[in-house]
Amino acid sequence: MNVAIVKYNAGNIYSVVNALKRLGIEPTLTDDAELLKKADKVLFPGQGHAGEAMDYLKARKLDLLIRDLKQPVFGICVGQQLLCKHSEEGDTDCIGIFDAEVKRFQPQRHEDKVPCMGWNQLYNIKSPLYKGLNNGDFVYFVHSFYVPLCAETIATADYILPYSASMHKDNFYTCQFHPEKSGKVGEQILKNFLDI
Amino acid sequence: MSLAKRIIPCLDVKDGETVKGTNFVNLRSAGDPVALGKAYSEQGADELCFLDITASFEGRKTFTDMVTRVAQEINIPFTVGGGINELADVERLLYAGADKVSVNSAAIRRPELIDEITNRFGSQVCVCAIDARFDADGWHCYLKGGRERTERGLFEWAHEAQERGAGEILFTSMDHDGVKEGYANEALRELADNLSIPIIASGGAGKKEHFRDTFTEGHADAALAASVFHFGEIPIPELKQYLRDEGINVRI
Repeated sequence: MNVAIVKYNAGNIYSVVNALKRLGIEPTLTDDAELLKKADKVLFPGQGHAGEAMDYLKARKLDLLIRDLKQPVFGICVGQQLLCKHSEEGDTDCIGIFDAEVKRFQPQRHEDKVPCMGWNQLYNIKSPLYKGLNNGDFVYFVHSFYVPLCAETIATADYILPYSASMHKDNFYTCQFHPEKSGKVGEQILKNFLDI
Repeated sequence: MSLAKRIIPCLDVKDGETVKGTNFVNLRSAGDPVALGKAYSEQGADELCFLDITASFEGRKTFTDMVTRVAQEINIPFTVGGGINELADVERLLYAGADKVSVNSAAIRRPELIDEITNRFGSQVCVCAIDARFDADGWHCYLKGGRERTERGLFEWAHEAQERGAGEILFTSMDHDGVKEGYANEALRELADNLSIPIIASGGAGKKEHFRDTFTEGHADAALAASVFHFGEIPIPELKQYLRDEGINVRI
């Protein structure tokens, strides 16, 4: 299988590369339009600042390219946020697959630490992406911004408030957590994506 | 909902081998760090911590190679520390595949290091490790694995580290480390209740009850331990089941 990872200025992409290698996949890390278009699957991971990431993608017209991809695409963490319409982080217009606004966590109590960093449970899972997994399974999150619940939500998490841990629309799948750092559960999610 | 309390095995690494001392001396070898890390990950550890206790240039290179191998084989977050003196060290370790770095002595000597790391890579990568001892005049920070006393107090330094952007505090009580009679829960609680970033308890685990107590009494977000895991005294699956039975939110 030909799996491409979008290469851009957004953080630790090598952990996703390593995770795919553990599944026996040798991914292509690229920002080349032709290579991305002809891949069987595209991963769009990310960490860091949404505004800086969008500036970089727009300067290379990768935002339009990603929007028009037809094969299964998996947006991870900031990748999920960038597939939304707009982010409060840097007041950034994003790619707009999902008609959702990315918001900053507003702590309500002393325990509400931001960034939200650690293991949390998934609920309301509904998608082939979660085949073989259960409500209550733990995955690893690191984020300060979140996507509210919406029609495209396929898994929820609850931290400060319930929000979209994962979304699906057409050929686009996303998760806010890091499957590549989420032990066996995360490995299964990556496998499920590759099987879609 | 809050996040699961984390269990973090810590591997002290010297010349590519895992070691763990008692009160920071009498090092005993406890195996290959990559194999141990993988085993811990499969047993349900929530995170791993690798501390390079080699000071030499050669040792640092060996350690960086080890970080690369760990990143290839392990699918949970891992923190590395030891010998981090400048931004270039942080870059080297993050590019090798570490998720977080822990800074200790260098940050006390030059606190701006924390600002530099977090401005460049974000708060989530910067763990501020503090070794402290309860002296006649209160909790004091120590350097060089406990050999050099500083004039910094534990609480004021932890607060400054938070203000400079550190994402977590890893507090090791030198009075409790290696003694196996429980964590320094009073001091931990003071840290946890007064700071807004997660606190990792370190030093003193000997029994499963000690982990429970550091979460319930010490209000710690995570508990780190070494020898009780390395020598199989407390298997992680058993520990986590115990904690869950005690009503603590852990990942199983």
